[in-house]
Amino acid sequence: MHFNTFDHYQEHGSWVHDLDPRVKVLAGVGFIVSMALLPDGAWLAYMLSWGMVMGLALAAGIEPWFVIKRSLLILPFLLAAVTVAFTLPGNIIWQGPWGLSVSDAGLTRFVSIVLRSWISLQMAVLLTATTRFPDLLHALRHLYVPAILVAILAFMYRYLFVLVDETSRLMRARAARSAQLPGLKSGRSLWWRASVAGSMVGQLFTRSLARSDRVYQAMLARGYEGELLTMNPHHMIASDWQALALAFLLIAALQVIGRLL
Amino acid sequence: MTSYPLVIAAWMHIPDGFLSLGVSAVCWLLILITLAYAIRSTHHALDERLIPLAGIMGAFIFAAQMINFPVAGGTSGHFIGAALAFIVLGPWLGLLTMTAVIALQALLFQDGGLVVMGANILIMGLVPGFIGYQLYRLSLGRGERVETVVAGGAAWLSIMAAAFVASLLLAFSGTTSLAVALPAMLGIHAIIGIGEALITIAALAFIRRTRPTAVKAADDGAKGGWLVLGLIAVFVVLLMAPFASGHPDGLEWVAELTGFAESAQEAPYALLPDYTLPFAGETPLSTILAGLVGAVVVALVLISLTRGLLTENRKKKNI
Repeated sequence: MHFNTFDHYQEHGSWVHDLDPRVKVLAGVGFIVSMALLPDGAWLAYMLSWGMVMGLALAAGIEPWFVIKRSLLILPFLLAAVTVAFTLPGNIIWQGPWGLSVSDAGLTRFVSIVLRSWISLQMAVLLTATTRFPDLLHALRHLYVPAILVAILAFMYRYLFVLVDETSRLMRARAARSAQLPGLKSGRSLWWRASVAGSMVGQLFTRSLARSDRVYQAMLARGYEGELLTMNPHHMIASDWQALALAFLLIAALQVIGRLL
Repeated sequence: MTSYPLVIAAWMHIPDGFLSLGVSAVCWLLILITLAYAIRSTHHALDERLIPLAGIMGAFIFAAQMINFPVAGGTSGHFIGAALAFIVLGPWLGLLTMTAVIALQALLFQDGGLVVMGANILIMGLVPGFIGYQLYRLSLGRGERVETVVAGGAAWLSIMAAAFVASLLLAFSGTTSLAVALPAMLGIHAIIGIGEALITIAALAFIRRTRPTAVKAADDGAKGGWLVLGLIAVFVVLLMAPFASGHPDGLEWVAELTGFAESAQEAPYALLPDYTLPFAGETPLSTILAGLVGAVVVALVLISLTRGLLTENRKKKNI
């Protein structure tokens, strides 16, 4: 399986890609926190924030449509937030059937939540598109995330593709052993189909457990003592600090604009 | 493998912006404290074996979430796996595994926000895992049939609990109204939970047949499962409190009939007037919260009384 199936990192030679990953993580998370702090209805601030994300995407050589397409993940959640449009008290601006009514405060709140969330998501997409996953984990380690958690994530990433391949082999085997004659019912009962799926899960588990045993023995044989070592040092250079300062300046400006205008 | 199943992608991974910062911060605090315990406990038990084991188990859960089975008319059932992870790996390693899965999904696929990750770990890792684990342990040693049925029930309840907590958090953040979200979420997940229950039962049966020592859930006498059942009963009753009948009870009805209802005197002080919180008005939520306060007070009184009796008993028996 090609890593591109899951990992959406895009290789480009831009200054955004070359930034120290710590700067990108801090700026990205800071931006998302800032979005959450913006008040409802701060439309100008939302527009400028989105402009910032798009500008960064262009500077990094990432197609803006790619970022927007991946951010459509949020669509199912609109359903959860739309209830607030109908239930928040305020001036009624639309009277609907079954006693439903939309208030202005409710509509503002709903659109604000959706916009803030959508823009935050795009920033997160940009972060992963411009940062290699191992560098991302290394940045987390620098930012005081416990070493054990980072190591577990690294291991999970390493074996993700192996186990997903294993799973697709299991599913292909199941499909190869499933016949369906046209016009006839197939697949026995729901419980039987579920128990086949459950057995596949159990099978995957025992294989994974055995694999983890083998991996552990192999690591011991190569001198593993509990610490994962890396040969990829990250140094913050002047341009990294400048980029970080600029990012926080812009975030602060967005907050001011959001509250004053 | 050409595409990541969007069904799983949409499942309860709450994106950034849908929870208030206050709610996110509280969830983070809870999760960080629990994670600290989990890391200490597993590191002590497994030492350097922890990292490859937890990492590969995380990849297992992620891959297992892709296994589907046709339900009806083109839809397929999937599997979340928190309950199974906790039952098979034990609660602490299970929590680490689910945390890794949720963190990786958020970091790599933006499936679930970064700032709200603490809340997502609570909703999809800690709550369902803990409930599934504790309830399953009640059935240990009572025969294979009981264990199987209880495993299914535990998995179903774990999904319902996760949906319940998610609705609560969304409502507390002002993103959705509880009255609408709660029945919808609970209703949808009552169906999803069936798939989870079936797969959990089948997977556990397979693992117990082929590698029984791998299942870490053990009956070591702790009665946490009964506590969980009691809590669930309390919550269900609390949710139904606003639907209680508004008709007067026996005494009130007789009083109104014979006319001595007017001679009733007001109490000198009223902490929870008429089963509502004084500052929350007459809403159903106020009734639920007042019920919660009452239940907590009664529980505390009972616990302190029985604790006193237990110590007396032990002294008498010289234990």
